Amino acid sequence: MAGDVVISLRGIRNQFGPHLVHENLDLDLYRGEVLGVVGGSGTGKSVLLRCIAGLRPPQAGQITIFGQDALHCSEAERREIDARMGVMFQDGALFSSLTVRENVEVPLRGIRGLDAGLRRELADLKISMSGLPYAAGDKYPSELSGGMRKRAGLARALALDPEIVFLDEPTAGLDPIGAAAFDTLIRALSETLGLTVFLVTHDLDTLHATCDRIAVLAEKRVMYTGTMADMLHVEHPWVHEYFHGPRARAALDSLERTA
Amino acid sequence: MAPDRANIPAGQRLWDLSVTSSGWAVSGDVTVRSLSGLQEALQNPTQPATGEITLDLSQLGRMDTAGAYVLERARAALAGQGLELRFVNLSPDHAALLARVQQAMPKVETQSANPFSLALLLEKLGRMVAGAGQFLLELHAMLGLFIARLFWLLRHPSEFRLTALVHHCDQVGWKAIPIVALMSFLIGVVLAFQGSVQLRQFGAEIFVIDLIAISILRELGILLTAIIVAGRTASSFTAAIGSMKMREEIDAMRTLAIDPATVLFVPRILALLITLPILGLIANVMGLFGGAMMAWIELGISPGMFLARLLEDTSARHVLVGFVKAPVFALIIGVIGCHAGMGVGGNAESLGRQTSSAVVRAIFAVIVADALFSVFFAMMDI
Repeated sequence: MAGDVVISLRGIRNQFGPHLVHENLDLDLYRGEVLGVVGGSGTGKSVLLRCIAGLRPPQAGQITIFGQDALHCSEAERREIDARMGVMFQDGALFSSLTVRENVEVPLRGIRGLDAGLRRELADLKISMSGLPYAAGDKYPSELSGGMRKRAGLARALALDPEIVFLDEPTAGLDPIGAAAFDTLIRALSETLGLTVFLVTHDLDTLHATCDRIAVLAEKRVMYTGTMADMLHVEHPWVHEYFHGPRARAALDSLERTA
Repeated sequence: MAPDRANIPAGQRLWDLSVTSSGWAVSGDVTVRSLSGLQEALQNPTQPATGEITLDLSQLGRMDTAGAYVLERARAALAGQGLELRFVNLSPDHAALLARVQQAMPKVETQSANPFSLALLLEKLGRMVAGAGQFLLELHAMLGLFIARLFWLLRHPSEFRLTALVHHCDQVGWKAIPIVALMSFLIGVVLAFQGSVQLRQFGAEIFVIDLIAISILRELGILLTAIIVAGRTASSFTAAIGSMKMREEIDAMRTLAIDPATVLFVPRILALLITLPILGLIANVMGLFGGAMMAWIELGISPGMFLARLLEDTSARHVLVGFVKAPVFALIIGVIGCHAGMGVGGNAESLGRQTSSAVVRAIFAVIVADALFSVFFAMMDI
């Protein structure tokens, strides 16, 4: 961790009516790391993601992305920030009326001077880099399985070579083999493309396999951050239960065996 | 081969391709935003090529996957011409990216071309005809299912869901009264107005009453009611049953030994059978009322005279002819709505598609049935 902060959150407050989701939440995301965000249901992991991605402004607080105040910048500056970030939604959020290739081409269309042939080839490259077969490019989202939709969503998120990608539950609903393949893919992409990854997940295996650092959301803020090993020594009851529960032990054991 | 500088945001460095005797060199940034023209530049070697070309990348700035792809493709294209392009002096990061892209180069599979031929057109037509036949068959199956379950319920009245029936009567009938009443009132007004303008030319204004009475009672009252109900109710049946189908609720019912036809279809179609004639009656009354109002205002025919002439001249069989059609229309709308709902697949698009096609089919079928009735009654001299 070079200490190069790309996203910094300070004093974030998110509220839905009387229901307070986040209060005084601080979090830093460093360049090149894979940060896993965990937390119980309803602790606002996805809300936090939407908050940073600019889909939902927080009620209070400060978000700095690439050194720029992301909440009080002009629209043009915000667009520039958005162009450097990519989001993969939980079920891919692909445009259902477009084929997978056309979906990946959508962000590329915004670039002037990129001819249609090269755009199409770049889309094919992104599809292939996401681990989809070539033939998937011609299919419509409804013809794909859940895992393939996620991969296609990732391909679209990566279309412009963003510096930061946000992944919302990348392995939820995948079979163990597909989930493991997705973990490998995330790791490989983050290494070769120098991606910074903000990953919301429930999946302990994903945390083990991909994340450099883990942030635990509890009691309306980021309670703890640290590596997997650090998490094992946290005394907080929820964190302890999460990382020492039966499922966690199984995941840890399997990791030790393969190591 | 200069890139279009006007298109590049100011302050962004661009790539540069230099060709020297010792080899080529690319410097600057090759990213998706700045690589226009690079592909062409690399694929048109300006020098008579030897067996091997070195491409010096030591001055390369930022490179993303798009840039790496273009370099990689240029290498593949030159290899096709018997030349070898060798990347030298690249940083480890760039090498890793190039390797990653090389590994992921999409393997283009040749697609089967889609030939446009007469045989294909005929095949399509044949499929459509077969599909239409299948659809009609399924509608009959749905009708049969409804009738079978209805008779089964007659023998097992305790299984009957009265609450559901009342609920659907409320939804289908009671809540449709305002729109049906307003529509037929306005139709009566329009008929009286148009009829009076035309009939006045012959001094036969008084026949406007016959015109209104016969057209509303025989045709328009019940037909327009059915069309409105088809639009309102067929779509809501499809949406309700379809969303249950989509969320596997119907499968859950079957595993719990609840028959979807008994629980979902019978109360809905029965509610239509009960309420459509009532709505038709309301439409008839309101249509006549609207016609009478307009006749009074436009032609000075008093309501009393309107009523007297209506009772004296218009045979009750017109009313019967109208009402005979109501249950048939109700069955058509209900069966089409429920059938379309069961045709919903696993995604939201199919729900939307089925809902709109249910409305179109129901309205179309109602009009076709009305036309058949007209022909039948004309031949029977009724």
